[in-house]
Amino acid sequence: MWRVISERFQQGFRTGKFPLEEPKLPPRFRGLPRFDGECPSGCRACEQLCPFGACAVREGKMVIDLGRCLFCADCPACPQGRITFGNDYRLAVRRRQDLLYSGAAYPLAEPLEPARLKLFGRSLKLRQVSAGGCNACEADCNVLGTLVFDLGRFGIQFVASPRHADGILLTGPVTENMRSAVLDTYEAVPGPKVVIAVGACGVNGGPFIHSSETNQGLDTLLPVDLYIPGCPPQPYTILDGLLRLLGRR
Amino acid sequence: MMKNDLEAQLLKNGGTVDLTLVESLGYDEFSRCLLAEVKAGGRVAALFGVPGEGKNESLELFALIARDRSAQIAVYRTEVGASFPSLALSCPQVHLFEREIAEQYGVTPTDHPWLKPVRFHRVWQGETDVWGRPLDTHPRPGDMEFYRVEGEGVHEVAVGPVHAGIIEPGHFRFQCYGEKVMHLEISLGYQHRGIEPMLLAGPHPFTMAQMETTAGDTTIGHGLAYCQVIEALSGCVVPERAQSIRAMALELERLANHVGDIGALAGDIGFLPTASFCGRLRGDYLNLSAALCGSRFGRGLVRPGGVLFDLDVTLTNTVLTRIDEIEGNTLGALNLFFDEPSVLGRLEGAGRVSRSVAEDLGLVGVAAKACGVPRDSRFFHPTGVYRQLFDEMITEETGDAMARAHLRLREIVVSIDLLRRIGTSLPAGPVKVPVGPLKANTLAVSLVEGWRGEVVHVGITDAGGRLRRYKIVDPSFHNWSGLAMALRDEQISDFPLCNKSFGLSYCGFDL
Repeated sequence: MWRVISERFQQGFRTGKFPLEEPKLPPRFRGLPRFDGECPSGCRACEQLCPFGACAVREGKMVIDLGRCLFCADCPACPQGRITFGNDYRLAVRRRQDLLYSGAAYPLAEPLEPARLKLFGRSLKLRQVSAGGCNACEADCNVLGTLVFDLGRFGIQFVASPRHADGILLTGPVTENMRSAVLDTYEAVPGPKVVIAVGACGVNGGPFIHSSETNQGLDTLLPVDLYIPGCPPQPYTILDGLLRLLGRR
Repeated sequence: MMKNDLEAQLLKNGGTVDLTLVESLGYDEFSRCLLAEVKAGGRVAALFGVPGEGKNESLELFALIARDRSAQIAVYRTEVGASFPSLALSCPQVHLFEREIAEQYGVTPTDHPWLKPVRFHRVWQGETDVWGRPLDTHPRPGDMEFYRVEGEGVHEVAVGPVHAGIIEPGHFRFQCYGEKVMHLEISLGYQHRGIEPMLLAGPHPFTMAQMETTAGDTTIGHGLAYCQVIEALSGCVVPERAQSIRAMALELERLANHVGDIGALAGDIGFLPTASFCGRLRGDYLNLSAALCGSRFGRGLVRPGGVLFDLDVTLTNTVLTRIDEIEGNTLGALNLFFDEPSVLGRLEGAGRVSRSVAEDLGLVGVAAKACGVPRDSRFFHPTGVYRQLFDEMITEETGDAMARAHLRLREIVVSIDLLRRIGTSLPAGPVKVPVGPLKANTLAVSLVEGWRGEVVHVGITDAGGRLRRYKIVDPSFHNWSGLAMALRDEQISDFPLCNKSFGLSYCGFDL
């Protein structure tokens, strides 16, 4: 017992001050994209060059679909090198079209509407379902339960049964082999409920967008309340999104 | 030692062989060679089907046998028709490879003792489903004949695909007599994303991202294995500095996952101090990967030709200093765990796998080494900086959950030491070189010792230098069978502990 207590002091106090203090992310972290300069007139190269179809040119301006973007370190999309990734980790949105980003103000997630906010604002229990996730998004959800993030202090908890849950948090592109299990889990959650898609796969199929064995994301099957992009999203991106959904940021 | 009459084409890890030099054997001769190789100590690293080019729907089988003691990989090749005699009874380690071939190409390994679907997808070519499932609809996952024990007091427990925690899906079917598990059958495929077929005619612009997410917790392992195949096929020589940075990333990945796994074991046992410390420490190792390349999982670091991110002196020192800081905390948290009698009482004897079962099933990595079976491609088939720096392969003897946990502790110590040695001796020079076109009609193989064990990638090009077949073998492909055996005669309540002690990948298996 004494050894445990002494080790506890050795390890120190590790819970972060988030959301009172912003997290310190490494300089090489790739967050919200930045656009340098203007697109040359008529150039649409990025529409072909992004392997995941994340880029489009609309009225002479490049638009990146953050739901498809994998934040690749060697982003091949722009031959002019206009795309770089900034350090802003806050990326969660409420509507799919809000993920279309062209450099203007980014519409971060608004809180749930009053009826559900009243129910879930101080206590949200989520059932996590992995449906073709590669275990990176899953790991970054799991890590929120560790003492660094201490998800429980926000009243948010991952629970073991859909019957105990207020909603589902899904990772993975929804493989064909998991489709019915995802729908069953959703049905088993008592309403009203929330649905959260985490990671590029869950939002739009991610690296597997071209696969005939997957469903290109959760909103092809269910209404989604919160989209958290990234491959995988930084844990703080997920936490920030959850807190915004509950009107806590 | 190897017999002289086995005249196979031999290659090294990261090597290639011209396909025209690989003689196609009759199936009898093929199976004789394969069995003789295994008898002489070889391992079936990969066995897979390759459709014939053009014309009729012929199917070739390729077997890659790892000869660990001579650091060589032998390649055998044969052609089969609608069926071929199964070798699973005389060589159990091919059982899953044969099931996979049956599911993918609709050919039947006759007299296979356990012929069931592996991943539940439609057949890739032809009009034959070995199990007679309709071809116009997607097969239903888990739809197969499970092994059943019947009798008074015998009951069946079905778990999954969705589990209670934040983990990937899979189905477990236990045959129990009271609390005792007589048999566990594991049915996967829920994570199947169809990665191998998407590689055909590749590499494609999206391929690298798919390799990094084949098993996301093994981003570096699978990413590196793929890059080594592409580099071998294009004859590209990776700069030494890039090799060193890759090895650092691979060891950081091992550290994060080993520390996290021991923490999760502590959680399952209910020893919360270590569970909670390790949860934090795992993140510290992941954050070091993020310092290297921006991604906690190492996404974007390894690319064909080298690495995308260099380390300057400041960053190298930051990483090494940080390692010094967290090493004390790591060992403190782990020693607390391994000195606790109640922890040892739970781990010792739980989920034991014998050495002979491990060898028969072809287990790799942590699961094999814990049974006293030496399997580590960093040691037997080293590439890059491992040729000079890695000499401390760890094995344990008891084959139980304790051995698998303790092996991780010892590997953590070795990996931290390796990181320091690599970090303080980074060669100068570039970190990336251009990669040329791929050689035509060539086979390349790459073995990487990921944190779970040996990751095998094999690429075969067509006459135009595009990928004609790409085979991925995650260590979990072999090791799930080990878990099934470990549960025999165990209490069903020990399943979470045994499962965690193996720590296997669902998506790496399902592809």
